[in-house]
Amino acid sequence: MSTLHTVNKSPFEKNSLADCLGYAKEGSAVLMYEDGVYGAMKGNAVAEKVAAASGVKFYALGPDLKARGISEEKLAEGIEVVDYAGFVNLAVENDIVSAWV
Amino acid sequence: MKFAIQVNEGPYQHQATDSAYQFAKAALDAGHEIMRVFFYHDGVNNGTNLTTPPQDDRNIVNRWSELGKAHDLDLVVCVAAAQRRGIVDEGEMQRNGKDAQNIADGFRISGLGQLIEAGIQSERLMVFGD
Repeated sequence: MSTLHTVNKSPFEKNSLADCLGYAKEGSAVLMYEDGVYGAMKGNAVAEKVAAASGVKFYALGPDLKARGISEEKLAEGIEVVDYAGFVNLAVENDIVSAWV
Repeated sequence: MKFAIQVNEGPYQHQATDSAYQFAKAALDAGHEIMRVFFYHDGVNNGTNLTTPPQDDRNIVNRWSELGKAHDLDLVVCVAAAQRRGIVDEGEMQRNGKDAQNIADGFRISGLGQLIEAGIQSERLMVFGD
């Protein structure tokens, strides 16, 4: 059973990304969207935790990155950018969706 | 795939309803089914027909109504949350002795059981909120 975790909070506002990583098992996916996309940037306070999450795939929602002026070169390694269609596909491909609102 | 969507935030306050709308649109475009959109907490404010946003801004309420009409969506507003926030349909107007109603086109007011049912009958329940 794979889980898609959706995180919509900036890691500088709430701990939902770190909390989610504590639960995310190998084979699961984490999608950062809305202010959650700040968690996808390289060199920030949560970047190490993201890099250390082995077997977890990370995604960031492109339109929300664009709305916040975060270009792809600012993203941490291993973050895949998806659009809304990609968001839908992630929800379909994983067995469970857990929203860390 | 059969989706259900829960919206917990009102329009123009938080991105949740925009995200939910964009997700719903993308899911429908990909040929998936959305069996219900449930508006809960401040999310019920998505269902008032009294909003008049500036013409160069998106009209969040009408956008839901139009998507609902185009795809025959079941747009459900939580009754208890609606009563607290003044979202009223014909039945609620009579039951509570109000002199007006403001439920937007395509929305209906019902109970929390509709959310539970959506959770059971859909394959994925997508929650958008703060």
